[in-house]
Amino acid sequence: MKGITGLLTGLLFGAGLALSGMSDTSKVVGFLDIFGAWDPDLMWVMGGALAVTLLGTPLVLSRAKPVLAASFSLPLSTAVDRRLILGGALFGVGWGLWGYCPGPAVAALAYGELSTVIFLGAMIGGMWLAGRLGLTVSHLKN
Amino acid sequence: MSIPVIPLAGGLLIGLSSILLLLTLGRIAGISGIVWGALSDPDRSWRWQFVSGLVAGAFAIHALTGRPIPAPSDAPLFMAVIAGILVGIGTRVGSGCTSGHGVCGIGRRSVRSIVATCTFMATGVVTVALLRAGGLIS
Repeated sequence: MKGITGLLTGLLFGAGLALSGMSDTSKVVGFLDIFGAWDPDLMWVMGGALAVTLLGTPLVLSRAKPVLAASFSLPLSTAVDRRLILGGALFGVGWGLWGYCPGPAVAALAYGELSTVIFLGAMIGGMWLAGRLGLTVSHLKN
Repeated sequence: MSIPVIPLAGGLLIGLSSILLLLTLGRIAGISGIVWGALSDPDRSWRWQFVSGLVAGAFAIHALTGRPIPAPSDAPLFMAVIAGILVGIGTRVGSGCTSGHGVCGIGRRSVRSIVATCTFMATGVVTVALLRAGGLIS
C-alpha cells in the first residue's frame, strides 16, 4: 500500500481540482473579481475542502503516528513574520495575474496547453531563485 | 441562493485527499512544497507519484464525466512567465500556497496559514481589480 499511496492521494486531489473548476483560469479570475463580475462558486470548493480538513485533521493528529510512516512531518514555525506576508502577497499577485496556483497548474498539464508548461517552468524557476536569493527557510521536521 | 454541488463535491475530494495523505504518510498536501520537494528532496518517490496523480486525476474526470476541458487563458504568454515566477518565489518565501496554507494549514488551525491565506486572497483580489481597471480583463 505504501508504495502507491502518493499516487492514489494525488489522483483524488487532481480529480477534485478538475471537478471543482480550480483548473479553469477564467473561473479563478472570476472568483477573485469581487469588484467586477464576481463568481462565488470557488468559495464552495474552499468550504468543502475545509469542512473535511477542519473536522478530520484533529482526529488524525490525535494518533501517535501516521499509518504508513514513523512520524508526522509538520511545519515547525509558528512565527507570523515579514517573510510569510511578503511571500503570500507575491503569490497572490501571480495567482491573480494568470489564474493558476500550483496544484491546478500541475493538474492542467492534462490539457496539453503550452502556456501551462511555460507557467510551471517559470514557477519552478521562481522557486529556485527564491532559494538562491536566500529568501527561504526550512520549516519541516525530519 | 442554490448551492453549487459540483464545486462543493470537488472541494470535498480535495479535503479527503489531504486528510488521507496526512493519515497515511503523515504529510501535508501542499502542492508547492511537493513540487519543489520532488525536484530537490532525496525522499522524492511519493512526491512524484502525487504530482503524476494530479495530472491523471484531472484527465480522468474529463474523460469519465464528459466535463469540457476549460478554455485556455487568452492572456499573453509573457504574463504566464511573470505570474509563474511570482507564484514560485511567493510560495517558497511564504512556505505554502492555496493547498498547504488554505486547506491543510487552516485545517490544523495554524495562525500562520490563516494569515498567509488572507494575504494571498487579498493581493489576488487587488491584482484582478487592477487588471479590470486597466481594461485587461472584461
